[in-house]
Parts: sequence; C-alpha cells; structure tokens
Amino acid sequence: MSIIRKLALAAGVGALLSSAAWADGLQGKVIGFSQIGSESGWRAAETSVTKQQAADRGVDLKFADAQQKQENQIKAIRGFIAQGVDAILVAPVVSTGWEEVLTEAQEAGIPVVLLDRGVDAPQELYLTSVASDQVKEGRVAGDWLVSTVGDKECKVVELQGTVGSSPAINRKQGFEEAIAGHANVTIIRSQTGDFTRSKGKEVMEGFLKAEGGGAGICAVYAHNDDMAVGAIQAIKDAGLKPGTDILVVSIDAVPDIFAAMVAGEANATVELTPDMAGPAFDALDAYLNGGTVPEKFIITESKLYTPADDPQGEYDRRKGLGY
Amino acid sequence: MKLRNLSFALRPQYAALVAVLLINWLLFPGFFNITWQDGRLFGSVIDVLNRGAPVAILAVGMTAVIATKGVDLSVGAVMAIAGAVAATMVTAGFPALLAVAAALAIGLACGLWNGVLVTLLDMQPIIATLVLMVAGRGLAQLVTEGSIVTFADPVLIFIGTGSFLGLPTPVVIALALAVLATLAVRRTALGLMIEAVGVNRSAARFAGISSRVLLIVVYAFAGFCAAVAGLIVAGDIRGADANNAGLWLELDAILAVVIGGTSLLGGRFSIPMSVLGAMIIQAMNTGILISGFSPEFNLVVKSAVIILILVLQSPMAARMVARKPAAPEPAAARRTAR
Repeated sequence: MSIIRKLALAAGVGALLSSAAWADGLQGKVIGFSQIGSESGWRAAETSVTKQQAADRGVDLKFADAQQKQENQIKAIRGFIAQGVDAILVAPVVSTGWEEVLTEAQEAGIPVVLLDRGVDAPQELYLTSVASDQVKEGRVAGDWLVSTVGDKECKVVELQGTVGSSPAINRKQGFEEAIAGHANVTIIRSQTGDFTRSKGKEVMEGFLKAEGGGAGICAVYAHNDDMAVGAIQAIKDAGLKPGTDILVVSIDAVPDIFAAMVAGEANATVELTPDMAGPAFDALDAYLNGGTVPEKFIITESKLYTPADDPQGEYDRRKGLGY
Repeated sequence: MKLRNLSFALRPQYAALVAVLLINWLLFPGFFNITWQDGRLFGSVIDVLNRGAPVAILAVGMTAVIATKGVDLSVGAVMAIAGAVAATMVTAGFPALLAVAAALAIGLACGLWNGVLVTLLDMQPIIATLVLMVAGRGLAQLVTEGSIVTFADPVLIFIGTGSFLGLPTPVVIALALAVLATLAVRRTALGLMIEAVGVNRSAARFAGISSRVLLIVVYAFAGFCAAVAGLIVAGDIRGADANNAGLWLELDAILAVVIGGTSLLGGRFSIPMSVLGAMIIQAMNTGILISGFSPEFNLVVKSAVIILILVLQSPMAARMVARKPAAPEPAAARRTAR
C-alpha cells in the first residue's frame, strides 16, 4: 500500500470520527430499555446480552427494571421520552394497554422496538418487533426427532409448559406439525410441568410408572430445558439412561442443558436466543442513520444444538450471562 | 365407646384417601405395584409419599399455626429462601452441614419475624405473613441472583433424593417430624395450650398461658418446617429455583390442614390428620399425572374432588349420617344464634 493511500485512508478515518453528520453506527446514541424484570434465568441473560451489545456498539443504554409491572414500564417509557432518548426498547410484560404511551413516544418522534413479546396496538405505533417464532422452535425439535429415529417406532412423552401460556401452545403445535407426516412417531402422553424442574421431574416419574417403568418410551420432548433437566433426573432414578434409553429433546438452550449434553444425558435443544437486542440495534442503526424502515416482525433464528456442537464450549460461553 | 371407635374409622378423610387411591388403581392398574430397585422401594405409592412429603411437612407447622386461629402464608417463600441459602452456601464452598444449619436457622428466623408481627405488633396473621410471602421470594431471588443455583453436594442431594431403610429420605423426615410434633403436643400440655389460645386468646391469657410466647414459638416452628421442606425440594432438583420453589405450596398446606379437619377458626387440631390431608392431595395429583387426562383438566378434577371431600366432612353431612332425616329446626336455630 502506498504512503499516499495510507495517508488518504487515515485522513478519511479522521474525517469520519470527527464528523457528527455521519455517526459511527449507534455510537453515542442514548437508548432506553424497559425490561420486564428478572422473572427467569433467560430474562436475566437477555438483560446482560442487551447491556453487552450496547457496550460493544458504544450505545448509552438507560436500563429500567419494571419488576413485572406494566405501570412501571409505562413510567419508564415516559421517563425516556422526557429525557429525549434516541430510541426505546421495550420487553412488554402484557400485551394490552400500550396504545397511549406508544402514541406519546411517536409524537415525540422516538422509535420504539418491542423485544420478544408482541402488543395489541396498531402496528404503526412501533418501529419493529424482534421475537422468536415459538411454533418454529417446536418444529425444529420435532424435525430433529423425526430425522434421528428414522423409520423406527418412537413413542414420545411430552412435558408441556404452563397450561394456556403461548409458548406452551405454540411449541406443542410446532412439534405436532413436524411429526404429523410420520406415523412411527407418536405422542403417547402429554402433561404440564409448569416450565419448572421439580414439576418436570414429578410428571416424568408418573410417565415412567405409567409406561411400564419407561420401557415403552423412546423420547421425551420438553417445552423448556428446565423441565428436561428434571425429567433427566427422574429417568436416572428409574434406573434408565437418559440420552440413550430415552432421547431428550427440549427448547431454550440454557447452560444446564449443555452440562447434561456433556454428560451424554441430553440429545438436542433448540435455542431461544437471549440476543434480541442485536437485531433490534441493527434495525435502529439502519433506521436512525439511513432512514431504512425495517420489517414489522423480525424473527430470530431457532438454532438446533446437539452434542456435536461443542456443548462444553456453549456451557462456558453461556454460564456468565446470568441464566 | 364401640360406636365412637366405629365413627373414628369412618372419618371422611380415610374414606376420601381410600377412594382416591382406588380411582388411581382403576385408572392405572399398576398403581399399587412396588418393586425393590437400587436399594430402595420404587412405585407409584412411594411417589405419592415422596412428592407429598414437602406439603406434609408444611402442614405439620401449619396445623399448629391454624390451631391458634392464625395462618401462615409465607411458608412457600420461606422454602425458597432456605433452599437458596443452602445452595448458595455449598456452591461457595461451605460444608454442607453448616449450610443446612444456616437454612434451618433462617427458617426459624423468618418464623420468629412472623410471630413478632402477630404478637407484639398485634397484626392479623393473614396480613403479617403476607408481608414475608411477597418479600421472601424477592429475598430468595436476591440470594440466588435470579438464576437457578445448581449443586452436586451429596448431603443436600441425600436430603432430597436419598433413601433410608428403603424409604425416600423426604418421607422419613416428614414421618419423624410428624411423630415428634404429635408427641410434643399430645404428651405435654402444649397441645392444650395451643387449642386454648386458638379458642380464646384473652381467656387463655387469664388462665395463665403466656399466649405471646406460645404464638411466637408456633410461628417459628412453622418457619422451621418450611425450611426443612425447602431443603428437600432444593435437594430433589439439585438446585435452588428461587422463582418456583414452594410456589403456591402455602395454599396446599392450608388445604391439607382443612381436609384434615382442623378448623380455620382455631381450637381443636390434629397433626396426623393434616399429614393425611397432604397425602390425599398428592394422591390426587399423582393420579391425574398417570391418568392420561389432558392437562387442561388438572385443576378442574382437583377442585371437584376437594369440594366433594369438604362437603362430606361438613357438619351438615355429619348430621345427615347421624340422623337420617336431618332436623332442620335446630340447625336453623343455631344459625340464627350465631
């Protein structure tokens, strides 16, 4: 590289850094984030990933923890508007009652991005929403099981999430869609484990007893990893080998399921990424700096992890995120 | 005397337990199969005992509280605190026995707190313990920093999933606690004093019972029981789940006490019957799990059975059994008299 080109490059970079008109991504932007609270490990991980993403991009993140209360979130958003932030991220605790405060943000010219949950409000009131496709998560899990067992007969027991919750309904639907064309894979029992370890364990104990000590069960599908971790313990207590005698597939990709994979006790998990902020910041970057209006619904990837994907590395990488 | 024995055997609680177990057996013929596996008993009935143990332990403490005309809503949250403290301590490298002792001490302290609010500040028990019910879970989350603290400590795991003489450790602990508590209240004057305070606190005080000390002791005992239950559920999943450990179990414990026949208005109580109540609830839960009903029916089935049990043991049903044509006049008279 010639000296002249180097100098030109240096001058160009210098000009970019000093120029206020062409900001470097979201560098120096003030963005408010109204988080639901710390209801679960995943939520904690989402918070820490968002803070990390903000730090990496030089965003001045104003974080507000709503402690599971909508009124706190609305207060926080009004506070952000009063401070004149450049953009607002919201993980809405409930879906209704947002129209008024979102209208206020719009009138102040502040774009709002919804994270991981939707709202019942006109779409023009927010810039975009970043969320996972829960039906697809179930489908990815079902596809993995179908391709793993091949033509073999496979009786599946299902540990559902909390009855009536949208992840439970959608993850059940996706899994059923995936196995629909495969008569050899059937769900023989399905009960709710309330997304918790202890209920997952208790329900699995019942399934094992009811199915002749587990001899008839080929796989367990849990709507989240915590229930799978509980089920793994129940399978071990019954004298069987989880991961070998009974396949274990679940959703979320929390650190402890990778620990189980390292021990050979879990077979697959579908990631519900805690990185909702990354795509949100990308969209805001494009919008604030280039005026590009993003799609209304940004869907995050539902990535499948198996023991072939370096579970120890994944465990170490995730352990520090606050799961 | 003979008649009294007969009516004792015909208590609706026994009938309810037998009925629930029979229904389970009809739904799942292998329900009563018990095998010996890995040096312990293994089977659905053992599951009922094992899974019912935490609520049974809570019910032991709750019975004493309710007998004093109180209620303790905080036991679920205290379970979460105890589990969180024990798990955090063993992961931080403290010896397991110290962690267990600390968890039990915290449980006692939580109970003392409730007792002080109820006696010295004279707050109504439902409000006084509601404070800790809400704040306690937050405390537990602070201790675990919002995540599930997992551990591999053999002592804690033994408390939750080990076995002693072929029985799961939680069952042995619950049994021992229930027997000791029953002996303490029935072989000493303690039970009589609790009943006296429950029936009329001022009258008990005038009769020479230091009702404040007694109440504080009773609430502390309930806190201690909650801590024991908290250790069990943490050991069971090898982790302290501050968000979910013991969630709503205070309601199951109160229900167990009520099914056992102890009145929420205080007075006469029976610890063994409360433990039996806990087993009825768990037999029902396990039955629903193995029945293969879709989970949308869980709560409907559970509430229907509970309503049935409570109707069966209501005074009205007792009168109908005692005298075929129920005498309406005295009943109506009694109602107006109240």
